[in-house]
Amino acid sequence: MGDEPLVRWDWIARNWDNGTPYAIKALLEDHTVMAFLPVVFGLLIALPLGLACARWRVLYQPTTGLMNVIYSLPSLALFSILLSVTGLTRTTVIIPLTLFSLAVLIPAVVDGMTSVPDHVRQSAVAMGFRPLRRLLQVELPIAVPVVLAGLRVATVSSISLVSVGALIGQGGLGYLFIDGWQRQFPTPIVVGIALVTLLALVADLALILIQRWLTPWARARRAA
Amino acid sequence: MNKGLRVITFEGVTKRYPDGTVAVDNLSLDVPDGSVTVFVGPSGCGKTTSLRMINRMIDATEGRIRLDGRDVKEIEPATLRRGIGYVIQQAGLFPHRRIVDNVATVPYLLGWDKKKARARAMELLERVGLDVKLAERYPFQLSGGQQQRVGVARALAADPPVLLMDEPFSAVDPIVRMSLQDELLRLQSELHKTIVFVTHDIDEAIKLGDRVAVMRVGGRLAQLSDPATLLRDPADDFVREFLGRDRGIRRLSFIPARSVRLSPPPADLVVEDGRPVGWQSGDGLQPYGSFDPETDSLRAALDAMLLSPNGLAVAVDGHGKVLGVAARDALDAALPGAADG
Ligand SMILES: Nc1ncnc2c1ncn2[C@@H]1O[C@H](COP(=O)(O)OP(=O)(O)OP(=O)(O)O)[C@@H](O)[C@H]1O
Ligand SMILES: [Mg+2]
Repeated sequence: MGDEPLVRWDWIARNWDNGTPYAIKALLEDHTVMAFLPVVFGLLIALPLGLACARWRVLYQPTTGLMNVIYSLPSLALFSILLSVTGLTRTTVIIPLTLFSLAVLIPAVVDGMTSVPDHVRQSAVAMGFRPLRRLLQVELPIAVPVVLAGLRVATVSSISLVSVGALIGQGGLGYLFIDGWQRQFPTPIVVGIALVTLLALVADLALILIQRWLTPWARARRAA
Repeated sequence: MNKGLRVITFEGVTKRYPDGTVAVDNLSLDVPDGSVTVFVGPSGCGKTTSLRMINRMIDATEGRIRLDGRDVKEIEPATLRRGIGYVIQQAGLFPHRRIVDNVATVPYLLGWDKKKARARAMELLERVGLDVKLAERYPFQLSGGQQQRVGVARALAADPPVLLMDEPFSAVDPIVRMSLQDELLRLQSELHKTIVFVTHDIDEAIKLGDRVAVMRVGGRLAQLSDPATLLRDPADDFVREFLGRDRGIRRLSFIPARSVRLSPPPADLVVEDGRPVGWQSGDGLQPYGSFDPETDSLRAALDAMLLSPNGLAVAVDGHGKVLGVAARDALDAALPGAADG
C-alpha cells in the first residue's frame, strides 16, 4: 500500500453522506438494522422456546443440540442455501443471524428461569399465584439479568457477523472491507473496523444501562 | 374477629410419592381454632409434606384434610392459598420487589388497590417490629432476621385466619431466632391465628406450641400433647429419646417463678440506683444472675442461681429494680405445689 496514509480524512468527509447507497452513513444505518433485527427476532423466538425447554427439560438437550449444529454451519453455506429462496436480499442475512442468536438466547432464557430460586417459586405458589401471573410477575422479572447477559453476547456477535453479508452485497459496513481490499486502499477498512467496534460498544453500553434501570434489585448479585 | 376458614382436620391422611416413598402415613389430628400446633420430628419424617397438603401444594394420596369442615380438594388451589399465610425457611421473598410490595403480595393478588395494599403493608411492617424505613429497600439489603420478619408480615398481610410456617426461624442465628420466637408469641397473643408450625427443634416446639405433634420417620404420629404433658409423659422410647436429656429441667420452663419466696438482699449485693450491679467479693465484683418473678419461669430462676457465685438469684421487677433474692431452698419450696401447673 506504499506511502498511502492509513486514514485519509478527506475520503471519509467526501463519502460520509454522498447520496449513494454506499455512503458510510447509509452503510452504518444498514448495519445497525441488520444487526438488531436478528436479535429482536431471536428474542421473540427464544422466549417461548426457552420457556418450553425450562418447563419440559427433555426438550432442552435436543433443542440446544440443533442450535449448536446450526451455529457451527459456516454462514456462507447458509447464505448459499437461502440465496435460492430469498435472493440477494437482507432477509438472506437476517435469517442465519437470527438462527445464530438463538444458540445464545435459548440457553440464556433457560438459565434465567433456572436462576429463579426454588424457594421463591415455591413461595409464589404458596401465596396463590396462578401459573401465568407467576411467570409474568415473578419468574420472568427475576430471569431478566441472565437473559440480558445473553442478549449482550448475541447483540455484539450479531453486529460483527453482519459484515459477512457483504459477500452477497448485504453486509452494511462489511462493504467497506471488500471495497478497501479490492482497491488496496486502507481507509475504508479502518473506518469499517472503527465503526463496527464503536457500534458494538455503544450497543453493549446501552444494554448495560437498560439492565441497571430494569433490575436495580440485582446489584448485590452483580457485586458478588 | 375474622370468621373465615378455621379448624384444620387431618382424617387418615396418607401421602405416597410416585417413587413409592410413604412420606405421611395415615395421619389423623385436629388443629384447633386459634392455637399453635407444632409438627416436630427428625429430618424426613414428613413434616413439610403434611404442611403442604393443607394448602394443596401437595395433594394427599388417601384421606381428607378439612378446613372448617370443607374438604380442601373442593377449593380451587390459588383461592385456597390466598386465604392461608405461608412462611418458609429462606423467607422466599421476591428479590425484585421492594419490601413494602413483597408484604403487599397477597393483597395485590386479591385485587386491593395499590394504596390500600401498601398502607396495610406498612402497618404490618411495624407490627412485626421492623423499621418502616426499610419499606423501600430490596430484600438483599436486609439481614436474614429482618427478611424473616418480612416473611411473617407478608404471610399476615391479607389477615388470613390460618398460618403455615415451615422451619421459619431455622436459618438465623440463635439470638435472632429467640427474638423471632418471642415476637411470634407476642403477635399470636394479639391475633389468635390458627397456626401450624413445623420444626425439627424440640425446644422450639415446646416453646411455641400449644400442642406438639411428634412425628417419626415414615410419617407416623408418635404423640400429640401439650408441651408440659409431653415432657412429663413421653408416649414411648422414640419420643423420650427425641425429647433428649434434661426433660426435668426443661419442664421448669412451664412453671411460673411467681411462687418463689424472696428474701431481702444481703449486704454484699452491690446495688446502684435500685438496680443490681454485682456481688462484692474481696477487691472485685462477681457477676450475678437475675430473673423477673412476674414474667419468668422457674427455669430462669434456677439459671440465675447457677450464674451467681453464691447460688442466690436476684429477683428484679420490670424496670430492673431489685425485689429481693431467692435461694435454692426457695426453688425447692416452689416446686411441689406448682408441679402440675
Ligand atoms: N417429591 C418427592 N418425591 C419423592 N419423595 C419425596 C418427595 N418429597 C419428599 N420426599 C420424601 O418424603 C419424606 C418426607 O419428606 P418431607 O420433606 O416431608 O420431610 P421433612 O420432615 O419436612 O424433613 P426436613 O426436616 O428434612 O425438612 C422424605 O423421605 C423425603 O425424602
Ligand atoms: Mg421440611
